[in-house]
Amino acid sequence: MAGAKEIRTKIKSVKNTQKITRAMEKVAMSKMRRAQERMSLARPYAEKIRRTLGHLSQANLEYKHPFTVGREVKKVAYLVVSSDRGLCGGLNVNTFRAVTRDVREWKAKGVEAEFALIGNKAQAFFKRMGGKVLGTVGNLGDKPTIEQLLGTIKVLSDAYRNGEVDRVYLVSSKFVNTMTQQSTIQQLLPVEPVKTDGLLSHWDYLYEPDSVELMDTVLQRYIESQVYQGLIENVACEQSARMVAMKAATDNAGKIINGLQLVYNKARQANITKELSEIVGGAAAV
Amino acid sequence: MSAIHVDIVSAEGHIHSGEATMIFAPAKMGELGIAPRHAPLLTSLKPGTLRVQQADGTELAFFVGGGILEVQPHLVTVLADTALRAKDADENAALKAKQTAEEKLGKAAGPLDLAKAQNELVEAAARLEFVQKINKITR
Repeated sequence: MAGAKEIRTKIKSVKNTQKITRAMEKVAMSKMRRAQERMSLARPYAEKIRRTLGHLSQANLEYKHPFTVGREVKKVAYLVVSSDRGLCGGLNVNTFRAVTRDVREWKAKGVEAEFALIGNKAQAFFKRMGGKVLGTVGNLGDKPTIEQLLGTIKVLSDAYRNGEVDRVYLVSSKFVNTMTQQSTIQQLLPVEPVKTDGLLSHWDYLYEPDSVELMDTVLQRYIESQVYQGLIENVACEQSARMVAMKAATDNAGKIINGLQLVYNKARQANITKELSEIVGGAAAV
Repeated sequence: MSAIHVDIVSAEGHIHSGEATMIFAPAKMGELGIAPRHAPLLTSLKPGTLRVQQADGTELAFFVGGGILEVQPHLVTVLADTALRAKDADENAALKAKQTAEEKLGKAAGPLDLAKAQNELVEAAARLEFVQKINKITR
């Protein structure tokens, strides 16, 4: 019975792994629910600031903020949002693939790309791949706050303001449903004009203290809310992707255990048959 | 009496939404009272108490840590900040992001920022005032 013992230990170890993956699935499930909640909490702000920005773009403003004016593209920057931890299926891989594909397209047109990274996995990836990294932040946890992002956003908006980059994209995963996450690339800078339903065309705000400063604040907040929205959506994606991946892993472990059990039973049966035939053979000889 | 719709939101959640007869806001240039049919206005807020007077005479109070206030004739939108903001604090954060990019584990061990500390003080004072007011009302 030499093989049987080995098989038994193997079954035990697979069972332990299965316990871990099942626990991870359960944890991811509850975390996903909370992440989705946070996602919906952030939505009103994003909508309202979008509306304000729409109003603002319709007001008769003689001043054009640099963030709203496009220019010829010589250099692009990507803000890549990834998760901090692995074991979440193809989530990060898909995001990185989307980035590299886009970078290649720009490169074909002779446009250089730079990066800013959110999340540990993006840091690890771009360390391997190379490329100029402007700013990065990691270890954000499950409840990221805007404060944690401000630095990285500032680096990018400064680079844009100083003309070091001519376009900024946000790359993150969009939460479609629990099973599907979609990697998307959206333009962050210059800010694309927001369409709103018709207000009277001849009016302007009273500005306090002055329009330039306010415009700056509104646009900055708008960008921040976009990035924040992207990040918390990415967290929800991470948890749901992990949940699905861990469910698959648990199922696979179950299949392996069944297979091993079968092999074990066969080996045991063969052993018994062998012993029996030995006894019978021995009795016949006597 | 006419009413004005007011929406108060922060990046991390929806705070209040409803009709009001009067709104008092801590604008950057001083306290601001907004009645229905106010002219369009855009202003930034400083940390303080935002009060919303409702049609039945009750008054709601909210603490805002700064943000943006937009007034349209029948609509007031308050985009409240949750993050503590100071120009230099942003600058520091940017520096930190850059440093981590350069060495991955660099820590910005900068000296305590005066502007940041001042901002914190203002916010703490405003918060304290708010709490005291609330206590007075409930007592």
